[in-house]
Amino acid sequence: MASIEMRNIVKQYGDGYPAVNDVSLDIADGEFMILVGPSGCGKSTLLRMIVGLEDITSGDMIIGGKRVNDLAPRDRNLSMVFQNYALYPHMTVYENIAFPLRLAKMPDDEVRRRVTEAAEVLELRDHLERKPANLSGGQRQRVAMGRAIVRQAEAFLFDEPLSNLDAKLRGQMRTEIARLQRRLGITTVYVTHDQTEAMTLGDRVCVLRKGRIQQVASPRELYEQPVNLFVAGFIGSPPMNFLPATVQGDQLQTPFGPIALDERRAAAVRGRDLLLVGIRPEYFEDASLVDEAKRPLGSLFRARVDVTEWLGDSQYAYIPYEAPEAIRNQLRDLSRELDAEELRTQAIVSIDATSRIREGREAEFWLDARKVHVFDPQTGENLTRDAEAGARLTQMATEDRVEQVQEAQAQGTTVGGGASRAGAA
Amino acid sequence: MSRREKTWWIIGGILIVLYCLFPIAWIVALSLKAPEDIANGQFLPTDASWENYSTILTGSASELFLPALRNSFGICLIATFISCVLSMFAAYAIARLDFPGKKVILSTALGVAIFPVISIVTPLFNLWRQIGLYDTWPGLIIPYLSLTLPISIWTMSAFFREIPWEMEQAAQVDGATTWQAFRKVIVPLAAPGVFTTAIIAFFIAWNDFAYGISLTSTSASRPVPAALGLFSGASQFEDPTGAIAAAAVIVTIPVVVLVLLFQRRIVAGLTNGAVKG
Repeated sequence: MASIEMRNIVKQYGDGYPAVNDVSLDIADGEFMILVGPSGCGKSTLLRMIVGLEDITSGDMIIGGKRVNDLAPRDRNLSMVFQNYALYPHMTVYENIAFPLRLAKMPDDEVRRRVTEAAEVLELRDHLERKPANLSGGQRQRVAMGRAIVRQAEAFLFDEPLSNLDAKLRGQMRTEIARLQRRLGITTVYVTHDQTEAMTLGDRVCVLRKGRIQQVASPRELYEQPVNLFVAGFIGSPPMNFLPATVQGDQLQTPFGPIALDERRAAAVRGRDLLLVGIRPEYFEDASLVDEAKRPLGSLFRARVDVTEWLGDSQYAYIPYEAPEAIRNQLRDLSRELDAEELRTQAIVSIDATSRIREGREAEFWLDARKVHVFDPQTGENLTRDAEAGARLTQMATEDRVEQVQEAQAQGTTVGGGASRAGAA
Repeated sequence: MSRREKTWWIIGGILIVLYCLFPIAWIVALSLKAPEDIANGQFLPTDASWENYSTILTGSASELFLPALRNSFGICLIATFISCVLSMFAAYAIARLDFPGKKVILSTALGVAIFPVISIVTPLFNLWRQIGLYDTWPGLIIPYLSLTLPISIWTMSAFFREIPWEMEQAAQVDGATTWQAFRKVIVPLAAPGVFTTAIIAFFIAWNDFAYGISLTSTSASRPVPAALGLFSGASQFEDPTGAIAAAAVIVTIPVVVLVLLFQRRIVAGLTNGAVKG
């Protein structure tokens, strides 16, 4: 187990295009770090540089205190799960898992013990003699993980390991990976473009855009205190709504009426002209269902609902609004960059599942003004970010994490004793 | 496909198969005819006899045929082996590495493959005589390599390209050197490709006549196709047709056996299950 430090890492391809640009990132020992971003943001390239499959153009890659830039993959002692699993089709599951041990020239009985342990952890015991071609997608995925945990690697690297599984299996494997990582307590770097995976798995999440780090923080901090428009738009599903706004005193004028700002936020936006206000879908509510006590904390507005989606436990309403040409273009660019295609300017609003608001009618909504963020439309910077509050959230996450790991490992040693130490033994 | 269409396809298929197999059936029938029966004007021999076979295996022609058979096997197997090993490395480099001159190698290989053999036979004959390779095994193995290598490189690099690169990278991350990754992962996966290539290379070498007849003079190295041309009848007024037919049948057997033997190995789809699927 080891920490991974990256110092000003740059990856330039032959044509001079920087796939990864000046990335500095510290991953603590035992931490679960997620690299996330839309396609082409350089997250996979960064991971492959850690493991040594891509050359580093400049910068330092330090694993466990040792600079590894010039080491071959096999000398870095990392294990990796590939997106397409990369199992060896001519070997049985047993030999697939045993492969790293065989290369290390480990004696047969030791190999047998370790492979059996790993197979135990991943529930692969019944499949050890089968060939990968005869396994289901989820089983293949587990074999790939078995190959990773079977030896004492310094860190686990995952390259979108779940993207080839169907939705249900993906959810199961996600929790499985989280459990395994907690139990083994091994430094993990996990690349994904799926923000659910990013939010649920990571201790910290690193959001990348065009090869540059946007923000590194706990999922909670990313969600509540995003550093810019890109992070705000990327994290959260359905995504944050961005409305054009103008400043009038301590208020923002938006298509959904005025929004009152508190002192701190009002100070941050004073003197600005056109702004973007970011409001998460759940900050809205059907006005008729809002508590009297909560009502004064937000503002009320009327709007015509275009479409509603009822999902059983929740309900979304789509409210179209008008925006100036410049803002519209910018939002379109942003959504394109986030791998989405926003065709019209509309707000997605989360309302209570019991709400009787119906499509095509005008309805009254309530908007919680306490958590809205205001962005500079030119630079995308979050003008109202509370860095302290954000840091507090990440601090809390770190503390929770320590507790969880202790818990998981304490359980691991009593329940599945030897098995939990498969990789660490 | 409608019923009618299907019928036409079947009829067409049968016609093509008959067209292809007819010469073989003819030569088998011919090999079973006794010398005096050859001109019987019928497809089938009046009375099937093994006389021709005994002539070439134990009789008068055996001195010519048996050493030739041994030469053919030895020379072709060695040429095939060398060409497979060389083309495996070459094809791996072409499929995996990025180096200047890759295109040049491939197009040169293609150029060599289509270059007419007959045009270099005469100079080669002179050269071989001077450096002492004339009428030796290496004297045939070397030109056979020039015939088999280009096609081997082409087929093999197509196979290597099919193997997902992740496979190798995974091996490297698992602790393998480049050589170990190649030997333990890539070569087993490429095995069907290697077998296919080997069979093709063997056929090419086995079927060669031009080099065989020009670069040899004795049974020290003369291969079967050349030996067949030198058969003579019992007297000079008798055609050795029956013996040649019998020898032709015999040299076809190893080829057929080879294909039947490796048929299962040549099945594609060994890589199924390696990646998502």
